[in-house]
Amino acid sequence: MITELSAGFLPLTDSAILIAAKERGFAEAEGIALNLVRETSWANIRDKLAVGQFEISHALAPMPIAANLGLTPFDTRLIAPMALGLGGNAITVSNALLARMQEGSGFSGLDAAVAGRALADVVAEGRSSGEKPLQFGVVHPFSGHNFELRYWLSASGINPDRDIEIVILPPSLMADALASGQIDGYCVGEPWNSVGVARGAGQIITTKSSIWASSPEKVLAVREDWAGENTETLHALLRALYRAAEWCGQSANHFELASLLGSSSYLDQPVEFILPALDGSILGMSAPNEGRDFFQPHARAATFPWQSHALWFYSQMVRCGYVGHSAEHAEMVRKSYRPDIYRAALTGIDVPVPSANSKVEGALRETTAVGASSQFLYLGPDGFFDGTIFDPDGLDAYIARQAD
Amino acid sequence: MGEGLPSVLIIDENATRASIIEAGLAAAGHNQVTVINEMRGIAAKIALHEPDVIVIDLENPNRDMLESIFQLSRAVKRPIAMFVDRSDKEAMQSAIDAGVSAYVVDGLRQERVKSILDMAISRFNAFSRLERELEEARGALEQRKVIDQAKGLIMKSRGVDEDTAYKLLRKAAMNGNRKIVDVAESLVMSARLLGDEGS
Repeated sequence: MITELSAGFLPLTDSAILIAAKERGFAEAEGIALNLVRETSWANIRDKLAVGQFEISHALAPMPIAANLGLTPFDTRLIAPMALGLGGNAITVSNALLARMQEGSGFSGLDAAVAGRALADVVAEGRSSGEKPLQFGVVHPFSGHNFELRYWLSASGINPDRDIEIVILPPSLMADALASGQIDGYCVGEPWNSVGVARGAGQIITTKSSIWASSPEKVLAVREDWAGENTETLHALLRALYRAAEWCGQSANHFELASLLGSSSYLDQPVEFILPALDGSILGMSAPNEGRDFFQPHARAATFPWQSHALWFYSQMVRCGYVGHSAEHAEMVRKSYRPDIYRAALTGIDVPVPSANSKVEGALRETTAVGASSQFLYLGPDGFFDGTIFDPDGLDAYIARQAD
Repeated sequence: MGEGLPSVLIIDENATRASIIEAGLAAAGHNQVTVINEMRGIAAKIALHEPDVIVIDLENPNRDMLESIFQLSRAVKRPIAMFVDRSDKEAMQSAIDAGVSAYVVDGLRQERVKSILDMAISRFNAFSRLERELEEARGALEQRKVIDQAKGLIMKSRGVDEDTAYKLLRKAAMNGNRKIVDVAESLVMSARLLGDEGS
């Protein structure tokens, strides 16, 4: 029997796992017919999930959290039983801003700390001469982009509310906005950084994987009630997506994957804009291989929904003033990511699954073998560019510290 | 706004559809309706009009931007939520089916907004029906072209006049229990495959 599932997606490279699951037969092998619907906004995805037009969807990692905290227009509870890969974003700045950043430091490469220092110098100079703040675009308030951009700015000594103006723009309009001088930079998923570079609008100065290594970007979002009523279908789907992620992670398949994603029904972009994010050759001006960890669809438990990831996003939502901190909120957030469902779905197929639900973000400096359900699992490096760690058991202290 | 009807802002880059909604609302007595076809500077425009209800096309990629404007509450001083009643899934479903999204100032009574939303939904539906009919009319034109081509092929190969060619085509369709256009299409296609076209 074939079960039909409708899923929304936005045209981004990190929709790869969903698209590969459909196009390479992984969904079909599990008895699922995936109906992928291209959407134009995250608001549409959220709304159509909430009213039941989609059973599942490509979603921003903080989206289920925001929904469950009551920050969206619907009271539908969403959960993330799987992540759709690690990394995948970058920060691109205009040629004019890059020139100013390079004046003092002559920086190059994708290192977040170096780029942050160079930007902080420009911001300090602008403040002392009374310039209006630089404008940076992100795609949604409840997005990894918004939180990692703000984190990177803050840790680099730039106040993201006072020194910079952050505006929301659709991904497809970023490059044009940068080229026409409406914004000075943006943080967005691929291929929209590569598109900006190809159009001559700017250069990539750092990546999500440099700001927060092994961090999640998109998740699979489903309604909690749907998950409860369709356990077997959901398990079958997760197995299919796991196999699809494995396929996406193999370098031999990167070109085929890029061609698939580039087709008119999906990203509708040339292969040369998509491939760099997959094979790690993404760069503006960086050294070879610097971007090799840019987007990881499979290795390092890339699809595991760590509750520590959810709690970190929550800590940043509190920092931005979107929500107040309480033990109830934290518990709600923890329950938004469901490693238990992930584990239950994959026990049958003998793949290594982490035994823990949370990890200390920033504890692993190097790739490390850790205990898993079966075999070994290699995790890390993970954590933040400024060397701080996020211990989910020390959430209160972390939130208190960032308020200083 | 006081005792008057709520003010409505329609954001739609499709000017035809926007004017259809506007006309519908005007006919229903709404006299504070503004249409914006262009997203540039939208925050300032919203601040200027201070609408009670915003109706926007679901396919507008700037919905995320619009929502963040509400969230920041810089442009719109009052809190805004989508739809009136969060739990009214049916109303949301039909709005989404029609391709329309509505944002409503918190505290505005549901019955005052419902008529606006219903109007927008029916107008969006009417508009997509119009588009579909236009598409079908285009299809009908295409069909006539295919039939003409098929007639031409028969006229040439059988050496008959146009009227006889059409009758032959119709007879073939009736005998095969098929539509004339389908028979014509397969005729034209096989002629093309056999390289007879234009010969």
